[in-house]
Amino acid sequence: MDRVRTIFKKPFLLGLLGLILALLATLPFYAPPYTPILLIGILMYIIITVSWVIFSGPTGYISLASAAFFGVGIYTSAILGKVLPLPIVVGIGGLLSFCLALLVGAITLRLRGIYFAIFTFGLVVLIKELLLYWEINITHTRGRFVVLESNNTIYYVLLIIFVLTMLTAYFIRRSKFGLALQSIGENEEAAAHMGVNVTMVKVITFAISAIFAGAAGAIMATRWTYIDPYVAFNPLLSFMPVLMAIFGGMGQLYGPIIGATIFAFLQEELTTKFPFYYMLIFGIVLVVTILFLPNGLVGLIPKLWRRSSGGQRANT
Amino acid sequence: MRILEGEGVTKYFGGLAAVSNVDFHVDQGEIVGLIGPNGAGKTTLFNLISAALVLKSGVIRFKGEKITGLKPHQICRMGVARTFQSVKVFANMPVLENVLLGSLFGTSTGTSSADAAREATGLLEFVGLSAVRAIPAKDLTLANQKRLEVARALATKPELLLLDELMAGLNPTEVAQAMELVTRIRDKGITIFMIEHVMKAIMSVCDRIMVLHHGEKIAEGTPEEIAASKTVIEVYLGG
Repeated sequence: MDRVRTIFKKPFLLGLLGLILALLATLPFYAPPYTPILLIGILMYIIITVSWVIFSGPTGYISLASAAFFGVGIYTSAILGKVLPLPIVVGIGGLLSFCLALLVGAITLRLRGIYFAIFTFGLVVLIKELLLYWEINITHTRGRFVVLESNNTIYYVLLIIFVLTMLTAYFIRRSKFGLALQSIGENEEAAAHMGVNVTMVKVITFAISAIFAGAAGAIMATRWTYIDPYVAFNPLLSFMPVLMAIFGGMGQLYGPIIGATIFAFLQEELTTKFPFYYMLIFGIVLVVTILFLPNGLVGLIPKLWRRSSGGQRANT
Repeated sequence: MRILEGEGVTKYFGGLAAVSNVDFHVDQGEIVGLIGPNGAGKTTLFNLISAALVLKSGVIRFKGEKITGLKPHQICRMGVARTFQSVKVFANMPVLENVLLGSLFGTSTGTSSADAAREATGLLEFVGLSAVRAIPAKDLTLANQKRLEVARALATKPELLLLDELMAGLNPTEVAQAMELVTRIRDKGITIFMIEHVMKAIMSVCDRIMVLHHGEKIAEGTPEEIAASKTVIEVYLGG
């Protein structure tokens, strides 16, 4: 019920989070080499999903622009990776995504509901097509090679972006900014009449949330060695964060993390074990979740809790 | 002193003049009533004052300063708060947070979160919602949701409060409570401009009443004058 309540409430939880973080940070020293690779995929999805939830969760504006921000990061890396050191490239990737979101937000955040969703999706397609035109007609290439980085480097950079994403999401949620975002989602007109500068709050949050998707794109590009507009602006990446967030549940901050982790893990497992049926199984899992768990996996926790603790008093 | 005044305020919806060349004013410390048949343009006038709608022509001034062209949040921060005819509470947020939002964002100076929380708690007590402060606003009765809207509006520290049909849909006891609330708000030194259909309420609490019909102002005066006016009886009160 109390959506402002957060996961950092008790020192015990803080300790637990510190422990998990320490384990993740030292992982490449003791885990089998495959583990960081698996975690790279999971972290990437978590970052994109949480970045999506920062804005779309409280406001209810469904953004399908994630792929655009991610793609901007990828191309930043492809273009600047050979001339600038990695941390700066990742930073610029985030910054460019921020600027793009600021621009797009200023133009489109007066649109509501389905119109906003379609416009943001159109953005992904538009950038992809423009880039394709540019590459074929001006630079006479189709794809680009990206400077390679070791898996451990990629893993650590993603881990840092992940921590920054979570901290940002946490502080926005707890701050008065978070309250304003929530009120916009509840009733935008009333929020405006209560003194909330709704346009400013929406545009700024949208832009901040885009930083993380852009930064993640910049570092992920170094894993793929060759990229082209189709790979960089893959529309599927616009829908994945929405699905993962719904799957995990948006009521709590850890919902999207759980959703993205299970989703990414399932994807990895299913693609290797059932290469032909994996999309089908994926779809079924999703349909079942939406039908039976409208609040996502996280919504299941209080349900089970009530059942186990109130079991004796049932049937009355 | 005139706290709010409008000159030649006009708004069209398509070809229809929803508010047509209306002049009005509200003096500091008054309770002014706005009445008229359905579709007369009362809520439209409120929407123009609070900038939910942009007027076609005319000018509106608050404390002598032109507010036409400002955004809703700016008008709120200047000191004009409002409630809505169809309640617009933040349904899934707890009652206290609804009010907190007004305290945190509704003033031009900004409020620390500790002060805002204290103010919000005080206002819930003022409107009589202390007992339900933790439950989501959607679980309140209509009467309580309306009170919550009043508390939320008061949290923005207004000098002028626009009440849009505060009493519509309430039972007689609740109407009496709402009337008492309106006079208590005035006693805090807040000027009130209210749309109302409940005649008993409007006649007993208002200092002055304005009547709109088809978007035009057809009468203005004390409750006694309005009750006796032939035109008003013809178009609105009925014989």
